[in-house]
Amino acid sequence: MGKTLFDKVWDAHVVSEIEGGPSVLYIDRHLIHEVTSPQAFAGLSERGISVSRPERTIATPDHNVPTINQHLPIKDVLSATQVETLKMNTEKYGIRHFGLNHPYQGVVHVVGPELGLTLPGMTIVCGDSHTATHGAFGSVAFGIGTSEVEMVLASQCILQPKPKRMRINIDGELGKGVTAKDIILYIIAQISASGGTGYFIEYTGSAIRNLSMEGRMTVCNMSIEMGARGGLIAPDEVTLNYIQGREFAPKGEDWDKLVEYWKTLKSDDDARFDWELNYKAEDIEPMITYGTNPGMGLGITQSIPTLDSIEPATKTSFAKSLKYMNFEEGSAMIGKRVDYVFVGSCTNGRIEDLRAFANFVKGHKKAENVVAWIVPGSKQVEKQAIEEGIDKILEESGFELRQPGCSACLAMNDDKVPEGLYAVATTNRNFEGRQGPGSRTMLASPLTAAASAINGVVTDPRKYL
Amino acid sequence: MAIQKFTTLRSTCVPLPVENVDTDQIIPARFLKATSKEGFGDNLFRDWRYDKQNKPIAEFVLNNSNYSGSVLVAGKNFGSGSSREHAAWAIAGFGFKVVISSFFADIFKNNALNNGLLPVQVSAEFLQKIFDSIEKDNKAEVEVNLEEQKITLISTGETESFDINNYKKTCLLNGYDDIDFLLSNKEKIEQFEANRKLAL
Ligand code: SF4
Repeated sequence: MGKTLFDKVWDAHVVSEIEGGPSVLYIDRHLIHEVTSPQAFAGLSERGISVSRPERTIATPDHNVPTINQHLPIKDVLSATQVETLKMNTEKYGIRHFGLNHPYQGVVHVVGPELGLTLPGMTIVCGDSHTATHGAFGSVAFGIGTSEVEMVLASQCILQPKPKRMRINIDGELGKGVTAKDIILYIIAQISASGGTGYFIEYTGSAIRNLSMEGRMTVCNMSIEMGARGGLIAPDEVTLNYIQGREFAPKGEDWDKLVEYWKTLKSDDDARFDWELNYKAEDIEPMITYGTNPGMGLGITQSIPTLDSIEPATKTSFAKSLKYMNFEEGSAMIGKRVDYVFVGSCTNGRIEDLRAFANFVKGHKKAENVVAWIVPGSKQVEKQAIEEGIDKILEESGFELRQPGCSACLAMNDDKVPEGLYAVATTNRNFEGRQGPGSRTMLASPLTAAASAINGVVTDPRKYL
Repeated sequence: MAIQKFTTLRSTCVPLPVENVDTDQIIPARFLKATSKEGFGDNLFRDWRYDKQNKPIAEFVLNNSNYSGSVLVAGKNFGSGSSREHAAWAIAGFGFKVVISSFFADIFKNNALNNGLLPVQVSAEFLQKIFDSIEKDNKAEVEVNLEEQKITLISTGETESFDINNYKKTCLLNGYDDIDFLLSNKEKIEQFEANRKLAL
């Protein structure tokens, strides 16, 4: 029987197997940031051991960093300490570190791909659930906890039970104003925030093939939001063209050999999946969430379900969500109040996202009632945005380009949505308080964010297209 | 370095019949700024437990003195969302030793096990029975037996078995730690590296 893409990459990294237990899996690339690594380094020093393969780990601070005046010292003492601790630990163990103000600093999942550190066929882990992003390149990439970060630092390996395999196929053409973000929000709405638990998902089909590399990253990024361990897409010409020539990408003979190997990285025709789902691109409209988990999403022209239509076991949680959001059951999404618009994060903070947003708002003005934060995913994205004049377009429309970091995606820095106010965000989580205590988040694409920012209420982007 | 051993536990329960409890609720992001593992228990479920003036919210179960014990019983899909291990540290730090749910998010399950906190996955029906018996009697107890992989509702004597992979079970029963195990595999790992042909 044939093998799935996931099996091919996973199996090539199994160092040994424990009977009735997990596999010892070799890790090619380990990414770390300031929040989930300090206790792992502390653990190493308590044990009196060192980092096994420092050249395989890359560090950058992102979660805590301010998005204005990055040249000044960080004011929040605890944030400053975490960022400084990352610097000290990486210096101590000889780990490459793109610190604050370094031209390569940024959200760790934006940085890896854009520098050519993320390659097909790799195993990639990070103490961060959105590590799934890197699966867009045909790598097996997943988020881990801090104990596991310590394992990788100590041994370059991790203990993992092998997940089951799922294939999600999306064929057809996306409609006008429908983006990669809408594809993934649609899938999560179909199978719920826990529907993918225990699985590793391969995304296939013409609608996926036709996405740019950045669009594919957006899709894989949110695999975790349905509980999946990760998601991946087989590498093709689009993938190779994206990687070739990037700073740390392999060159010369190494490149040629790898390309040969990468061509074998696809699921065999007779490969077996534990679960397969098929969707049609034509069925997807611009999506938005109305509740407090990413599975609570719907097409933007639709209305919030009524309590009657919810299955009994979920009623209490559904009612709790609506109460938190202060939304009426059965009410329409279009026209709902918007106070904040946030564009950024490892889901939609790359150059194509900023471009799409800027093109959309060009010639329009930001609505007065809306506060907007436009945050590039990395220094490189910021630089390119400025080179392309995106900052100017934004300015003319009343927006401002800030400096890179996770920012209001999880509000560990000063960018917090105030209590009770509503944000349309291009991020990946609408949990209670995610964007600041009491904040209310609606997840959507950069286009829907743009339409809502200029119209001042939740707006279907197709209205302007 | 050892983790705490786990064999059997008999305890009253703290019920939290909410589905999809994500790790942002278990420990909100603004409390992730520490560089040690200590003290997270104080902020467990912070925004459900305290209001803006830092006054305890009476309705929340952790503030209700009728409920106590080292077993947390929660609705389906517990621990979803962020991979932050701080969630497991907060639950263990608060004093829980077992979390029962009908469904756990993968990363949370690993994180819990790596900290000697036992996630016990039961059927939806059994979970409901536990909630019902706590509702009837807030001192209702459960017994969790790791060796036999069994959970018993003391009041009715009903029992269900739960899954845990053998390796993790051995670790918990003996207090072994994954890193010691991985370090003992050093030779195999080096051999794996030496045999690789690709520059990945
Ligand atoms: S941008 Fe948001 S989701 Fe992505 S790594 Fe940062 S905090 Fe996590």
